[in-house]
Amino acid sequence: MMKGKVWKFGNDVDTDQILPSQYLLLPTVEEMKQYTFEPLDKEFAAKIARGDIILGGENFGSGSSREQAPLVLKALGVSAVIAKSFARIFFRNAINIGLPVLICKEVYERTQPQDTLEIDVQEGNIHNRKTGEQFKTTKLPAHVMKILDAGGLIEFLNKSKGAS
Amino acid sequence: MGMTIGEKILARACGRDVVRPGEIINARVDLCMANDATTHLNIDIFEKQLQGEGVFDTEKVIFIVDHNVPAESIKTAEVHKKMRNFAKKHDVPFYEGTGVCHQIMIEDYIVPGQLIIAADSHTCSYGGLGAFGTGVGCTDFTSVMHSGEIWLMVPETLKFVLEGDFTQGVYARDLILKIIGDIGANGATYKIMEFAGAAVKNLTMGDRVVLCNMAVEAGAKTGIIEPDERIVEYVKSRGRYEMQLFKSDEDAVYEEIYKYSLTDIEPMLAIPHNVDNVIPVREIGEVKINQAFIGSCNNGRIEELRVASQILQGKKIAPYVKLLIAPASQEVYLQALEEGLITIFAESGAMVLNANCSVCWGGCQGVIGEGEILISTGTRNFKGRAGHPKSKVYLASAATVAVSALTGKITDPREAMR
Repeated sequence: MMKGKVWKFGNDVDTDQILPSQYLLLPTVEEMKQYTFEPLDKEFAAKIARGDIILGGENFGSGSSREQAPLVLKALGVSAVIAKSFARIFFRNAINIGLPVLICKEVYERTQPQDTLEIDVQEGNIHNRKTGEQFKTTKLPAHVMKILDAGGLIEFLNKSKGAS
Repeated sequence: MGMTIGEKILARACGRDVVRPGEIINARVDLCMANDATTHLNIDIFEKQLQGEGVFDTEKVIFIVDHNVPAESIKTAEVHKKMRNFAKKHDVPFYEGTGVCHQIMIEDYIVPGQLIIAADSHTCSYGGLGAFGTGVGCTDFTSVMHSGEIWLMVPETLKFVLEGDFTQGVYARDLILKIIGDIGANGATYKIMEFAGAAVKNLTMGDRVVLCNMAVEAGAKTGIIEPDERIVEYVKSRGRYEMQLFKSDEDAVYEEIYKYSLTDIEPMLAIPHNVDNVIPVREIGEVKINQAFIGSCNNGRIEELRVASQILQGKKIAPYVKLLIAPASQEVYLQALEEGLITIFAESGAMVLNANCSVCWGGCQGVIGEGEILISTGTRNFKGRAGHPKSKVYLASAATVAVSALTGKITDPREAMR
């Protein structure tokens, strides 16, 4: 179970908004994370708290394949990203680094910025603590859930290696 | 029930006769490629987390430095050094400063029927040669580099049937902008965009790459076109003879079929800040520009440079406007030099840059300031893509960009070409 405050964004939030190109070649994600969402809100990295949740509209994470985008969100302590829909590379990247990505159309319309959400990733349940409303997320394929459960693709592969 | 070309390549890659949309497969990869925008992270994952000893095949893992080259800072230089050292240690092909990664892959590696995974979203470009290319992030790439395998979901296919010929001043670039404008930035999410129809045979290899390259801007997993004699000839001329020519079955299943008459297409423009925000150039009104750019994996090949040179020959670009031109590869550069195009560009007042991603991605070269306007043949016009968050990027064909550089404002190229 995870719980956090909501940061709400619109449709087509591309990965250039999440982390602009000029910061991609910084040596580490720790150095990059202060620039998260810089084109949209310069203060974002300072304002967000560990455990907070990103809520996006349609096509969240479109554009570039930069894994730095989900990596800086994870490094800032974002516990999950919920969106009406995701761009495919961002979606894979997030799963691969163990950052839960949940598809849910209803919660977007019925949640305000700064509301607190409780998420049960396993069960696919979202609970808005402020309004009391419950939402169901779209079920992820079993293979994808296994990677997420392991904490990411590398952990999943290392675990499979150990098992075989 | 038949299969589409994309499904057939995936079936071949996972060693099966048939695959269907929605299935998750484990595929063998024919080639994988990474560039300097993300490779330093791949190397960290490979060495620290995966504890990988070697790559799966030293001839099938390719490293290309193309995004921030030559290095503009000490930090970037360190990233390039790390990449160079890894390539040396693991004895994998390494390119630095010889062009945009996808153009180099097309010149030196791609053949029809391959499955290519690369750590760059525009990997879908290879569909222009009848190969299945798709972009991934660092973790997927690192795993592929180590094992040569990847899990993929078999996507649905959308078919775009193209008929007729372009009229003067209209190019494949205008068509793909029109299509993305019609179906939207998530109009093909997770899907294959297959381009087919009678018009395809008249499209050059470059045109086909232009169409497939921007499939990702509609969210697609890849874009693809059945390879024909023109593609086979090109690949053979590059000394590559082994290939598999897949074609979609007559009874292949498409989720949707769209029809386009090339004759009806006119010069198009993607306006800020999304690639699907598309209008005809003639509707733009008065928009003055500060900078123009011709280049990128989408539109920096010899065809585009020839078009630009015809427009710029004997003319001067507008006062206070910069025109930056970056050929897509060193080979394109040399061809342009031989044809006298570089002289035409320099005499018009343009800056000719080394072959690299350049202005398209706003990482190093030709960055624009607050309130400035760029017209570009690049791949994206996202907010801040070329510099300051309050700058603006318009996307258009090389002809529209070249004409606009002369007039100093966004201009329909047909006005200058009449």
